Amino acid sequence: MPSNDMTATHYVAPLDETPLVAVDRVDESAKTRSAWTDAWDSLRTSPMFWISAVLIVLILLVAIVPQLFTHTSPTLGCDLDFSNASPRAGHPLGFTRQGCDVYARVIYGTRASLTVGILATVIFALVGLIIGAVAGYYGGWLDAVVSRLGDIFFSVPSVLGAIVLMSVLPFRNATTVALVLAVFTWPQAARIVRGAVVLAKNSDYVLSAKALGVSRFKILLRHVVPNSIAPLIVLATVSLGSFIVAEATLSFLGIGLPPSVMSWGNDISQAQASIRTAPMSLFYPAVALSITVLAFLMLGDVVRDALDPKARANR
Amino acid sequence: MWWYFLRRVLQMIPVFFGATLLIYFMVFALPGDPIRALFGDHPPAQSVIDTLRHRYHLDQPFIVQYWYYITGLLRGDFGTTYSGQRVIDVMKQAFPITARLAVLALLFEAVAGIVVGLISGLRKGKIFDGVALVVSLILISVPVLVTGFVLQFLLGVKWHVINPSVSPGAPTQQLILPAIVLATVSFAYIVRLTRASVSENMSADFVRTATAKGLTRTRVVTVHILRNSLIPVITYLGVDIGNLMVGAIVTEGIFNIHGVGGTVYQAVTRGEGPTVVSFVAVMVLIFMAANLLVDLLYAVLDPRIRYAK
Repeated sequence: MPSNDMTATHYVAPLDETPLVAVDRVDESAKTRSAWTDAWDSLRTSPMFWISAVLIVLILLVAIVPQLFTHTSPTLGCDLDFSNASPRAGHPLGFTRQGCDVYARVIYGTRASLTVGILATVIFALVGLIIGAVAGYYGGWLDAVVSRLGDIFFSVPSVLGAIVLMSVLPFRNATTVALVLAVFTWPQAARIVRGAVVLAKNSDYVLSAKALGVSRFKILLRHVVPNSIAPLIVLATVSLGSFIVAEATLSFLGIGLPPSVMSWGNDISQAQASIRTAPMSLFYPAVALSITVLAFLMLGDVVRDALDPKARANR
Repeated sequence: MWWYFLRRVLQMIPVFFGATLLIYFMVFALPGDPIRALFGDHPPAQSVIDTLRHRYHLDQPFIVQYWYYITGLLRGDFGTTYSGQRVIDVMKQAFPITARLAVLALLFEAVAGIVVGLISGLRKGKIFDGVALVVSLILISVPVLVTGFVLQFLLGVKWHVINPSVSPGAPTQQLILPAIVLATVSFAYIVRLTRASVSENMSADFVRTATAKGLTRTRVVTVHILRNSLIPVITYLGVDIGNLMVGAIVTEGIFNIHGVGGTVYQAVTRGEGPTVVSFVAVMVLIFMAANLLVDLLYAVLDPRIRYAK
């Protein structure tokens, strides 16, 4: 840089005669668009989203009001005369070993399986969010302690850990199964939130909030968390499916929900005894389970594409 | 390089102690008095209780009990099963079987998954790719438990292609179907992972350079695209050891294989808590070791990682 000849060279762009107001003018009539509106616009046009959304709404409806879908009781009126009987009028999917209606049991089993899945996901996401956000935002020794603790829980494969914990727990219900599943999976959520928070906390809008005198905690709540929650939403959607599978696996092993509870896992577990003679009473709850998992996986896939513009462009 | 190895191994140590402490804590710090539980409704004399407590170190603080447990574990003392067998002896019989099953499963998912994923990624948007995407999505959503029962019923019971239950010695050819069942979900994940990574690398600068300097298509694909796309796949394979062990519990239960998974399955269904715990503790150790191995392999495959820190 020729520093001795200051007068000859222009280091500043030639003056622009456009008034500043015109440059800075923002079209105030335009609607503000957030990342969420963009995501919704991209979701709306995706057929995969609608297929999975309709499926999930249907599954939720079955879980909430099973009476709408069948008039047959899944427990009363079971008749051992019909043990493993083939389908007939009014009983489209045949009978279980105990002579109960398979269709009714599949319908009524939805609630327990979905409850565990949703409950586990909520605990998983909340714990992960709180721990990940605090660790990423405040950093320092807190971050170090929490991250190492997460490493320890992460080093135990979640279903293996759940097997140990469930086999020693004195009582089992939907809440304990969900809690146990969340115990060994929260580090995954915490890691993903922590990463996003670390990125977000150094951004300009956080800096300007700080400059305006907003308190640290308020910044975390108002600015950092909403801007780093997207990856957690994707992870949670996909995890819901795997929690439902995990519940079925635990119930299959006899250490999930108690046998008296109607769930797909329990029905699969009970049907395996007579799989050679009556495979269908195992098949239908398995199909219901798979469709549910598929629906949440598909939703997770499209939501990820919608929330991550980079992945969208890559496609 | 060696520093990286050393650092990773050192990092493992607290995680190892933490994880075993966690498992130990879950089992032994839970409500209930194991000594009293031995006697049922008629509690024995206090002196008997005290003697037993002392013998099993139950009168010591928690951390001392853990110390006895962990030193036992390191010496290979895993306790005894309810039928009086030493857990280590059961493991010696069970591990070779499960190792064969796991190797078969890993081979299947790695080879088939990478081949399908590669073709899919190279022909993005074509019919093959579309079919592979849909099929992999379906395979991911059908749990191992279901695949196992359905294939066992169709091939074993209905069409008599295979023996529905594996014979005691578990000859390798009988393990092929269980291995495929075990690998289905991971196979589907590997297809998707390889596809994504291949299609990303296809537009990378180094691939353009390789093509521009006149390399054949085969060489570009195998050396430049495939090698770079394999890095995330290998990481996945390491993490997958954990999934395989869980899957093995279900698969070996379904096909009646007397491996590690089958033993855990039986112990769980019979309510043999201590056996379950010893086995799971060892499985967790294997999982951790596999993860370490993958991290080291990762550093070998990708020089960028070695020098990063």
